[in-house]
Amino acid sequence: MRKHKGVSYAKWGYIFILPFFIVYILFTLVPQLTTLYYSFFENYRDGLKQIGPNYVGFANFIKLFTPDKTGSIDILKYFGNTIILWVMGAVPQVVIALLLAVFFTSYRLNLKGQQFFKTVIYMPNLIMASAFSMLFFTLFSRVGPVNQLLVSSGMADEVIDFLAIRVSVRSLIALMNFLMWFGNTTILLMAGIQGIDQCLFEAADIDGANSLQVFFKVTLPLLAPILVYTIITAMIGGLQMFDVPQVLTNGKGTPNRSSFTMVMYLNNYLQTSKNYGMAGAVSVVLFIISAGLSAVVYRSLSKSYKN
Amino acid sequence: MKNKANTKGRIMLFCARFVAYFVLIFLSALCLFSFYMLIINASRSNAELQAGFAGWFSTHFIDNLTNAWNDASINIPRGMLNSFMIAAACSILTTYFSALTAYGIHVYDFKLKKPAFYFIMAVMMIPPQVSAVGFVHLCNTLKLTNNYLPLIVPSIAAPVVFFYMKQYLESVLPMEMVEAARIDGSGEFRTFNQIVLPIMKPAIAVQMIFSFVGSWNNYFIPALLLDKAELKTVPIMIAQLRSADYSKFDMGKVYMFIFLAILPVIVVYIILSRSIIRGATAGAVKG
Repeated sequence: MRKHKGVSYAKWGYIFILPFFIVYILFTLVPQLTTLYYSFFENYRDGLKQIGPNYVGFANFIKLFTPDKTGSIDILKYFGNTIILWVMGAVPQVVIALLLAVFFTSYRLNLKGQQFFKTVIYMPNLIMASAFSMLFFTLFSRVGPVNQLLVSSGMADEVIDFLAIRVSVRSLIALMNFLMWFGNTTILLMAGIQGIDQCLFEAADIDGANSLQVFFKVTLPLLAPILVYTIITAMIGGLQMFDVPQVLTNGKGTPNRSSFTMVMYLNNYLQTSKNYGMAGAVSVVLFIISAGLSAVVYRSLSKSYKN
Repeated sequence: MKNKANTKGRIMLFCARFVAYFVLIFLSALCLFSFYMLIINASRSNAELQAGFAGWFSTHFIDNLTNAWNDASINIPRGMLNSFMIAAACSILTTYFSALTAYGIHVYDFKLKKPAFYFIMAVMMIPPQVSAVGFVHLCNTLKLTNNYLPLIVPSIAAPVVFFYMKQYLESVLPMEMVEAARIDGSGEFRTFNQIVLPIMKPAIAVQMIFSFVGSWNNYFIPALLLDKAELKTVPIMIAQLRSADYSKFDMGKVYMFIFLAILPVIVVYIILSRSIIRGATAGAVKG
């Protein structure tokens, strides 16, 4: 930056960034700290009676990790659900996106109609998740068109209650997440591949490498930092999974809470039982997990910057 | 010999192309199928929907539209208006102030410049849900529930949009331009509003679309703060539709509600898909 004789513009820097910081501190930082603060308090409604806020130390966290009568620990179960749902959607998402990104950028294939395909596969990313989920609910409900088609064509003897079967509920959620995100991931990975020096591909071509060799020996290693970035940001996104399972299962995570996610758990304490203490404790756990994941992102990014 | 290898290569290429087109067409069909079913079913009457599956349009699209539009319990036109007002306000505030913050950090030299930048980068990944408890509490204390302010004002501080704007400024704004404006006697705010903002138009347009869509689709926070019927936004109404006893519902109307909820975004997307897709990558970190 250039120095100016006599005139200092430093104060303008502060003035320009002030609104951002005031709003961030008031609406995000302070709420984050108060969330942490409330996690140490007993503060909920019992019928019409308000209990607390009373300081209880780590009692909320201990309660969070104490097994219930059946011996299962709710938060671990819901964390497990979130991971299972995320993996079921994210693995095909990354694999397919990688494949499509290679297709789109391949000079040899030289595919026609790229703009059309990109437009179509990116579209679900912008669709309201709750409406998309409601649509899948109506399509796969007991009286929905999918069941009508299955029964009338004789593929199923009777109506299948997709929303009462663990595998099908989880598969539907994973399918929706896959559809909503694979286009976005494709576009990101495409940009990554286009960022690779084209000479390397030409050199590999001259050396007689086939497409698979080019992919595994050139594209993949050079794409690794972006791939790591994409996967971990997808993980942080997956941790926030809420709208789709919430609307599909009407907030119940049916069957038997097998599709109940971490944020649904938080929402349940916050909206249904108004238990701010427990909601605070769940938030702190979520924060720790996402902070850990972000740290990995920054480590991998700073590594790739150094190289 | 060489000719043989050439033919083999051609056959391989043909096969590769065939596989590529097959995969692309299959995935596109998968993406479009549910929306196709939505539009088909939104054009069928409740009786037709109960009677069985159909793969083509019927004639009740307008009936369903009038029924859904005039529904007594779910006031969808009101919801769309509410969502539109919030989303429009958010998209204006978030782009203007993110550009302002990015400009402040990009152009000026001050002691806290680096710490401020690293702070924003560090908080970029924190999910908004983790501050929800304190946020709801704050809104309760300030009597801001059933009010749009807590849904709109926080959009001033959007780290991801800031990062996008910062990268854009780095690539398009020469310092000479700012200095020339100063020499011509332009004040700092005037330089930003009249010279820098017009240069940033493409970035602002893309981010306006993304933040509009994000706000239009947002469900988690609005559902925690709004419970008055006349203030509810579209996603809350959709969730309400799910929790109602749907078997008593006119299913044609239900499909129409879903159709109306996603229609504005689809229309914007069809018109601007090129720049939206380009914008999706530009903010990403380059390798």
